[in-house]
Amino acid sequence: MADTSPSHGSFSPAGFGIGGAKIECRGINVRYHDKVAIQDISIKIQDKSVTALIGPSGCGKSTFLRCLNRMNDTIEGAVVDGEIIMDGENINSPDLDPVTLRSKVGMVFQKPNPFPKSVYDNIAYGPRIHGLAGSKAELDQIVEVSLQKAGLWDEVKDRLSAIGTSLSGGQQQRLCIARAIAISPEIILMDEPCSALDPIATARIEELIDDLRLRYCIIIVTHSMQQAARVSQRTAFFNMGELVEFGDTEMIFTNPAQQRTQDYITGRFG
Amino acid sequence: MAGPQHIVSAYSEELESLSADILRMGGLAEAMIRDASRAVVTRDANLAELVIERDHEMDQLEEEVERQAVRMLALRQPMAGDLRNVIGAIKLAGGIERIGDLAKNIARRSLAVVDEDNREALKGIERMGQAVSRMLQVALDAYARRDPVTAIGVLKQDDDIDSRYNALLRSMLVYMAEAPEQMSARSNFLFIVKNLERIGDHCTNIAKVVHFIATGEQIGETNPSVTASNTKEALS
Repeated sequence: MADTSPSHGSFSPAGFGIGGAKIECRGINVRYHDKVAIQDISIKIQDKSVTALIGPSGCGKSTFLRCLNRMNDTIEGAVVDGEIIMDGENINSPDLDPVTLRSKVGMVFQKPNPFPKSVYDNIAYGPRIHGLAGSKAELDQIVEVSLQKAGLWDEVKDRLSAIGTSLSGGQQQRLCIARAIAISPEIILMDEPCSALDPIATARIEELIDDLRLRYCIIIVTHSMQQAARVSQRTAFFNMGELVEFGDTEMIFTNPAQQRTQDYITGRFG
Repeated sequence: MAGPQHIVSAYSEELESLSADILRMGGLAEAMIRDASRAVVTRDANLAELVIERDHEMDQLEEEVERQAVRMLALRQPMAGDLRNVIGAIKLAGGIERIGDLAKNIARRSLAVVDEDNREALKGIERMGQAVSRMLQVALDAYARRDPVTAIGVLKQDDDIDSRYNALLRSMLVYMAEAPEQMSARSNFLFIVKNLERIGDHCTNIAKVVHFIATGEQIGETNPSVTASNTKEALS
């Protein structure tokens, strides 16, 4: 079993003591059957900013991301312990309904995965099932505003009935972001949202992220260090299931405190 | 260079080559300072010409460092310590090239000096030349080892250079006042001394850049007294 002592090792637990924390994690451990995926993660994530999670494959960053909307619940044999406090409430509490949680925490995945429905219905689906719109006019409004916020409205306003999967890859990913926004979440999780996109589509998404961060708490997992440097204000480096270092993005990429961080981001053998 | 090798070995080689070029420039500058101030004392025109010639090589090396650094920024997108090494190399190359210019200027003026009387004042110039050359040597040593403690040691030597400068300046003014008819020839000494003092300032800047490369911390004008213990902490 992983070490669950409250000590945080040698890294400076940045974020602690700073106001505006949206999410506070204390001693998070995740196991898949007997395999420890992440251990003793304690981190405070600030609201209205972008936090990037970086680290080599299998380091636990996606596992950690999935803790934040209880997606690990759906994985056979996954055991999560520790506290995740969101707006004063522990989301790991058995009383909490994961569906309610996920209306507050939107997610965007690596591959754009629009529903095989029209552009309009892709956006309208969430508000409908959560009962967010009282009338057709209100639903139309939500669809338009969500597509505008995702920077897609001008490109699709004349073909709202076209099937979502007929859009280009970059447009599909923005459609998925619009779909996430439509249910008025407070937190948006992104798991490598640009890894299937070309550089221009990637730049559009990054511009969008920069705009969205004024309204949302965004957490993004990315394999591109340059992308983490470009879009985030804070960066967390994970390695072998541990949080090695967490701090201001500028410091992580110019003067990291830990040698392991330095070795990883500069592309050296550890 | 400290730390493990890059996964991409060509990247490590480029970083090493950048460092090697900076050290070559530094070695050249040291020799130029020594020879230029020696030429003032010995009135050795050949030695002075040699210093002037070597400035071309200096300019070429600086261009090469800049070209290489810009290329690495574009193609490798260096991060963290590597980023500081590349940015630092551009700054160091600029500073060392300026030292070369100042040494060349001293060599030029040594050709215009027409006086054999005041050997003692001339000895002072040579000694000051040796002192700034040593200062540069220590700064380059700090660079080669990425050693912030040695870099801070260089900053402390600047006071010594300043007091030598003030003393020499005073003696030069007296010396010039003694023979008003030779004022224009002897005024060259003032510029020579001033140039040596400027070289000392560049050495201080070089040491600050080395400190930044090694630790990521800048030493500001207002806070030159970063202690060795702070530095150790930053390195650990």
